[in-house]
Amino acid sequence: MVQEQSQVISVSEVARNTYVLRFHSPRIARSVLAGQFVNIAVADDCDPLLRRPFSIYRAHGDTCEIIFNVVGKGTLALQKKSSRDVVNVLGPLGTPYSLESEGFMTAVLVGGGLGVAPLPLSTLILRNKGKELVTILGARSSEYLVEQHLENVHVSTDDGTKGMKGTAVDLLASLLPTQRWKSPKIFACGPTGMLRALGKFAVDRNIPCEVSLEGPMACGFGICQGCPVELVDGRSRYALMCKDGPVFDIRRISL
Amino acid sequence: MTKTSFSIGGVQFPNRVLVASGTFGYGDECSSLVDVNKLGAIITKSLSMNPREGNPPTRIVETPSGMLNSIGLANIGVERFITEKLPFLETIQCPVIVNIAASTVDEYCAVLDVLEEHSRFDGYEINVSCPNVKEGGLSFGTDRVMTAEITRRLRPRTKRPLIMKLTPNVAFISEFARAVEAEGADAISAVNTLIGMAVDVQKRKPVLSTVTGGLSGPAIKPVALAKVYEASRAVKIPVIGIGGIRTATDAIEFLMVGATAVQVGTMNFVDPSAGVTIAEGIQAFCEEHGIPDTGDLVGSLDARVDSSVLTSWL
Ligand SMILES: Cc1cc2nc3c(=O)[nH]c(=O)nc-3n(C[C@H](O)[C@H](O)[C@H](O)COP(=O)(O)OP(=O)(O)OC[C@H]3O[C@@H](n4cnc5c(N)ncnc54)[C@H](O)[C@@H]3O)c2cc1C
Ligand SMILES: Cc1cc2nc3c(=O)[nH]c(=O)nc-3n(C[C@H](O)[C@H](O)[C@H](O)COP(=O)(O)O)c2cc1C
Ligand code: FES
Repeated sequence: MVQEQSQVISVSEVARNTYVLRFHSPRIARSVLAGQFVNIAVADDCDPLLRRPFSIYRAHGDTCEIIFNVVGKGTLALQKKSSRDVVNVLGPLGTPYSLESEGFMTAVLVGGGLGVAPLPLSTLILRNKGKELVTILGARSSEYLVEQHLENVHVSTDDGTKGMKGTAVDLLASLLPTQRWKSPKIFACGPTGMLRALGKFAVDRNIPCEVSLEGPMACGFGICQGCPVELVDGRSRYALMCKDGPVFDIRRISL
Repeated sequence: MTKTSFSIGGVQFPNRVLVASGTFGYGDECSSLVDVNKLGAIITKSLSMNPREGNPPTRIVETPSGMLNSIGLANIGVERFITEKLPFLETIQCPVIVNIAASTVDEYCAVLDVLEEHSRFDGYEINVSCPNVKEGGLSFGTDRVMTAEITRRLRPRTKRPLIMKLTPNVAFISEFARAVEAEGADAISAVNTLIGMAVDVQKRKPVLSTVTGGLSGPAIKPVALAKVYEASRAVKIPVIGIGGIRTATDAIEFLMVGATAVQVGTMNFVDPSAGVTIAEGIQAFCEEHGIPDTGDLVGSLDARVDSSVLTSWL
């Protein structure tokens, strides 16, 4: 974990209300693992006061990228950054996906909405490991889809403007019987409702599944105790989303 | 060179900027981001006798220039603190003040007794903003008799500095300050968080699982300053000012109204090195103004009207 004053390189719109912020951050770019995040100070004064957490979307050389929707003050401030600005970035933070484990042969990457964020970095690592890759994306409609830097992509949209009409979980359910995935494991990120449905789907079929959660955070590295995630039957009642997560085995947590 | 050190109850602190309990973990978590030896002291997360799981989510929410929290004193308990955190604390030089929280007076005593067996700790800060289980969960800290009682019971158990951390959620903090001074407290920390609330109008629900929580951050600074002003005028023992400190200027305001030292809380979440930056900023201010000792700032406010805090604005 480092704190870097990072030069903004660019902010570009890649889909409707969806932006990629690219910044210079050598130490984070070289050490980040798929599923980890950064906590970014978006303003110099106290408006907004707290940092904002974002998954690392891509990392290459000395640069990192995050992808975000403008949903409030913090993300609006980020959207307005330009190559004249510097942002203070804390990271890489959190526990990554266990892509290195030997326990699976096919990685099924599932992204709902901007849950696509950690998938390109995951794709890169999985490809290098020689794993089979399937990517399933869900979005509200085609204009929100972000399909770059992924492999073997299947899409669904809520309004049917592209791919299957329905959710990413519906799409996964329709694909599963038709595909011959050898020992699959799901790696997912998305809204809590989707992860809950996906978790049930995976557990019912005995498919291992790791999900990346989001929720309110203050520090992002374990000192405020502000981000509890309920555990099902661990020795303790809660884990910390920022430190023990944001990635969790779906069987460990109660969503 | 400006003198930055000062002492409380015989313990010397290298500078007047400490990090507040609950905002710096147990000291080890931030050590890769900041040189903790440049802090006046580390005050650890409140410790209870047994580990506490804390409150269900949602525990935090950002508010204008601040945040609300209802962590529920989640902590690892004093025994694990000794086995897991003491080894790191032995490797650093800066003073370590251990903050204690409890649900009964006996528990406060028991936790302090465990800590007394270890020479590393430089003092205790007592968090009285905890529910008193014997009195149906009412906070100790809003009950002057209980606050005094905790001080009276702890005082004979240690020679180390005993710092009572007061809540701002009372009409007259000066009465509480006098009560703990009379029972032998070495210093007062003021303030803990202010009671606050946030509502999710879409769900018609309180945002925090506990409905209300504690407000902190720059939003509370004016309230905290007035409370520190009031408390420091009521007692002779040092008052450590806390509440919304973000910059060196904020900290200097607290020193001027009467704080002997300050603590930085919420800002550690934004910038874990905020405490060090503020300590350096106070020193720079003194050098710029030819002030030989940061202590010369303490209580140096030129308040032309010597009026009571309670009536001056009415
Ligand atoms: C580990 C982690 C990784 C994340 N990765 C991404 C990412 O890659 N891309 C992305 O666009 N967003 C991501 N988020 C969510 C992102 O942090 C929030 O959207 C952002 O903080 C909103 O800030 P704001 O000031 O614009 O909105 P605010 O004004 O603070 O809030 C606007 C809305 O967003 C919701 N919100 C606020 N904070 C969060 C949060 N931390 N998580 C979820 N919802 C929140 C609020 O409830 C509100 O409805 C991630 C969150 C976490 C915890
Ligand atoms: C998330 C959080 C956790 C806290 N935990 C504790 C605690 O365990 N014990 C305690 O005495 N004070 C605790 N506090 C209060 C702070 O130490 C401090 O008194 C308060 O936040 C006001 O200072 P600030 O505005 O600089 O944050 C906590 C504050 C926050 C924001
Ligand atoms: S956000 Fe502070 S502990 Fe997780």
